[in-house]
Amino acid sequence: MSAIHCHQLCKTFTQGDEVITGLDHVDITIEEGEFVCLSGPSGSGKTTLLNAIGGLDTPDSGEIRMGDIRIDQLNRGSLADMRLHHIGFVFQAYNLIPVLSAQENVEFVMQVQGVAAEKRARKSVEILKEVGLQGMEDRRPAHLSGGQQQRVAVARAIVSQPDLVLADEPTANLDSVAADHLMGLFSELNEHHRITFVIATHDKRVMSYARRLIKMQDGKIISDEAQ
Amino acid sequence: MAGFRIHFGTIFILSWRNLWRNHRRTYIMLGAISIGVWAMIFMTALMRGMVDDMLEQGIRNLPGHIQIQHPDFLDDPSVVNSIPEPAGELLVALNQAGAKRWATRIKLPAVIASERESRGINLVGVEPDAEADISGIPAQIGTGRFLTSNQDQGLVIGAKLAQRLETRLGKRVVVMSQDPDNNISERGFRIVGIYRAEMPGLEELNVYAARDTLQKLLKIEGRVSQIIIVGENYRDIDTLYRKVRQSIPASLEIKPWYEIDSYLAAMFNMMDGFVLVWVIIIFLALSFGLVNTLVMAIFERVHEIGLIQALGMRPALIVYQILLESLLLLLIGLGIGNSLAIMTIKPLESGLDISMVAEGMAMMGASSTLYPSLTLYDMVLANTVVVILGILTSILPAWRAAKMDPVQALNTT
Amino acid sequence: MKDISLRMAWRNLWRHGRRTWLTVGAMIFSNTLLVFSISLQFGSYEMMIDNSLQAYSGHLQLQHPRYLDEPKMRYALPDVADSAERLRDELGLTSISARAAGFALASSNERSYGLQIFGVDAKHEPLVSTLPGLIKQGRYLTPGASAEIVIGSVLARNLKVEPGDELSLLGSGFDDSFAAGVVRVVGIFESGIADLDRSVAQINLGYFQDVFAMQRRGHSIVIRASNIDAVEELQTRVATLLSDEKQVALRHWDDLQPGLKQAIQADMASAWFMYIVLIVLVAFSVLNTQLMSVLERTREFGTMMALGLKPSRLARLVILETGMMTGLGLLLGITLGALITWYVSLVGFSYPGMAEMAVKFNLPERMYPAISLISLTLGPGIVAFGSLLAAIYPALRLNRLLPLEAMRAV
Repeated sequence: MSAIHCHQLCKTFTQGDEVITGLDHVDITIEEGEFVCLSGPSGSGKTTLLNAIGGLDTPDSGEIRMGDIRIDQLNRGSLADMRLHHIGFVFQAYNLIPVLSAQENVEFVMQVQGVAAEKRARKSVEILKEVGLQGMEDRRPAHLSGGQQQRVAVARAIVSQPDLVLADEPTANLDSVAADHLMGLFSELNEHHRITFVIATHDKRVMSYARRLIKMQDGKIISDEAQ
Repeated sequence: MAGFRIHFGTIFILSWRNLWRNHRRTYIMLGAISIGVWAMIFMTALMRGMVDDMLEQGIRNLPGHIQIQHPDFLDDPSVVNSIPEPAGELLVALNQAGAKRWATRIKLPAVIASERESRGINLVGVEPDAEADISGIPAQIGTGRFLTSNQDQGLVIGAKLAQRLETRLGKRVVVMSQDPDNNISERGFRIVGIYRAEMPGLEELNVYAARDTLQKLLKIEGRVSQIIIVGENYRDIDTLYRKVRQSIPASLEIKPWYEIDSYLAAMFNMMDGFVLVWVIIIFLALSFGLVNTLVMAIFERVHEIGLIQALGMRPALIVYQILLESLLLLLIGLGIGNSLAIMTIKPLESGLDISMVAEGMAMMGASSTLYPSLTLYDMVLANTVVVILGILTSILPAWRAAKMDPVQALNTT
Repeated sequence: MKDISLRMAWRNLWRHGRRTWLTVGAMIFSNTLLVFSISLQFGSYEMMIDNSLQAYSGHLQLQHPRYLDEPKMRYALPDVADSAERLRDELGLTSISARAAGFALASSNERSYGLQIFGVDAKHEPLVSTLPGLIKQGRYLTPGASAEIVIGSVLARNLKVEPGDELSLLGSGFDDSFAAGVVRVVGIFESGIADLDRSVAQINLGYFQDVFAMQRRGHSIVIRASNIDAVEELQTRVATLLSDEKQVALRHWDDLQPGLKQAIQADMASAWFMYIVLIVLVAFSVLNTQLMSVLERTREFGTMMALGLKPSRLARLVILETGMMTGLGLLLGITLGALITWYVSLVGFSYPGMAEMAVKFNLPERMYPAISLISLTLGPGIVAFGSLLAAIYPALRLNRLLPLEAMRAV
């Protein structure tokens, strides 16, 4: 993956009568293989930035570039393709499709990507093992704990070797043990598979895993440090 | 009970607002109910219109609502089976029974011959001044005129028959028939009028002459084939029938129209049954959606229902509330459906042209224009069935909602 | 199922089992009704046509071109018996018979009645009409005999005659001459068709031609095909044979009995109006269910879109779900419908008032539905089509979904 360059990103939201600044002239570059945390209180813009990078939301102005591609200028269809093939997402909740088992949830995206049946079955079992869910392939989300569900989400996010994994408050609904396990998993994947991680969070424990911590407030980056 | 009365306004508001919580679903359901109700009433009006037409045509062709004749006459319509013109008690009864019109009539098979062709016909001797009410032929005269008196010497034939015989107004034809001694009597008649009938078959068959003229021709002075009685409404002739029947001598037979023509009687009876069946079928098709909607609505509000119960509302009231919701849905749908039906039927009341299947209609005894008949009875039937069956269908989901355990319900997100 | 989408679609249906079953239930109800009703219709139409045509008019008739509109004695075909014979040879078909028609006053000892009298070829007439087979008393005409007559039961009753009694006939012949004869009643038929029983009589063609001074003429050659479906082809063949004949017209049964086809059309039209209403109601049911199902899963769809699925993919999913539901309704509906219809086809079907109506349309008193591939699939097929159409709106709504909004939906 080439580096992601964001240049002068701006985004505002209207809520009722109020105008809220989501992003205020944000400049940032993220290199391949980084493990980045976006931190800040709610409303700081971290989720907005994450969504912009992931092509879920289009900024009002500014550029987002990945290599030669101007992400902010792609149409919905191309953005969807980008998300499908290049980006993995882990959300805070409601990550999984309730009627599919853990393995099927992982396989589903691969099927959409066009991977052959036998290959995707094999890979999904492998990846579930890697995230520590061996033996739970046939369980549906309703029969998995919060932490286990998140791990399935992670498995799905990385199974097709995305360039980038974007996680939005992934530990918010987890207890400390599960949160720890999850973050450990993220680190390991980042090291072994060279997948770039960008995680939006206000959880201190999460931030402690980050190798680069970007603090945001009121839509601006107020600090950007390696740790 | 006082508690219940206080609650009604609240329950109503709850039900009404609940209906609009998911307005898409409510609109769709209303759409379905409206269409269903529209179809119920529209189709029924068309069918009833057709059947009414068939009945009226058929009865006018018998003719009459009640017929009195010799017991053998209907089987053997010969002049041998004639009856005396009414007198005495019977005459009094006829005049006082409350009939719209009554008249005597001669009817027998005969042969008509023009210069070129002969045809078998029904020769009908009528009292001309009564005919307008009995068979309606005077109103259907195309060219010429109808007969003017009981002694009129002219003949009135149908347009189709005139065509077949290659004759026309003013020409002479010969009519041959049998007198009581089985002698052939024949006589020349001049055609004074040509009529058109709804049923082309009848136009070729029925030929009209004045009663007294025929009596002379057939040597049956003072005798007739039938006494025809027409009441105000063919649907209800029981009183009329009873009154006349009391004064009938044993030698005569009296029959109401539904005993004379079993096809007509069957149509008459069948129609009400048909309406009911049609309404029920439509309702059943709607009922699946209705139950679904209700069940979905309840499912979405499980938590809330638990809350209401926890707050003290009795299960019975919950049932009422849900039933009321269902009832409101039905009532609105009925309102729209009924209005749609009236709006679509009104423009058709001047008649729907179905002449493309005219001969087919004639086969069934109906005319080539369809007049829808919107009756209060049918509308009330449809609406009542929908409301009653609708409430019945809603009872089960409503009852199950009320039986929910409040604690479990509250624990549902 | 290898395909996860298929698995997902199927399982989605059963998230709300009762809802799915109610929707499928509506389909099963309609399909069953449609299969039964359409089978019944087809069965009775077939029978109505067959009975009406078999009784008298046959499937095709050759007539003088003006005879159909003006059935007058002088519009006759020359050499009718020979023509019929030639036609039988050239077509290789024996169910072809010549007829002549006229009008006469028939007098018995006690009564006189006007009647339509037909001169028939007693040998071939039974092959084109069921009438000769419906003799209730006495026997049918002997080919070639003269002075024999068969009459309808009502006519016999009205004339007060029995087999063996004599009737005198009085009419006018071909050249407007006086036609008279005395015949013996040899048989009485009862067709159940009022018009025939009351006013029709048959005598031998040869005798007719004598009495009515027809010489070798007649009025029609009646052709009966092996079954109703063979008529079109037969019509073409006969038409080719006649291609240069100007004095003969080939009439299809539709012209001979215009009311028949139209009565059927009218009945079909009203039936289809009712069917369409049913189908529309089922479609509404599907629309309701599918719309609810889609709205409930907004968040889930949002997630899927975030993962890179396009709205068209989601729409495919919804259509797939609808298709499965429809398939279920189709299968179960056809099965139930077929079972019920098959059962009724054995025991017959009748409702109060039907008997009287049946007589009017030459139908037997009990109706027997006729199961065919079409009757089994036509109704349910359209229901399926309507249901899939109903899924279009919910599927289209997905196009408007934006992943973020959807994920934040409540």
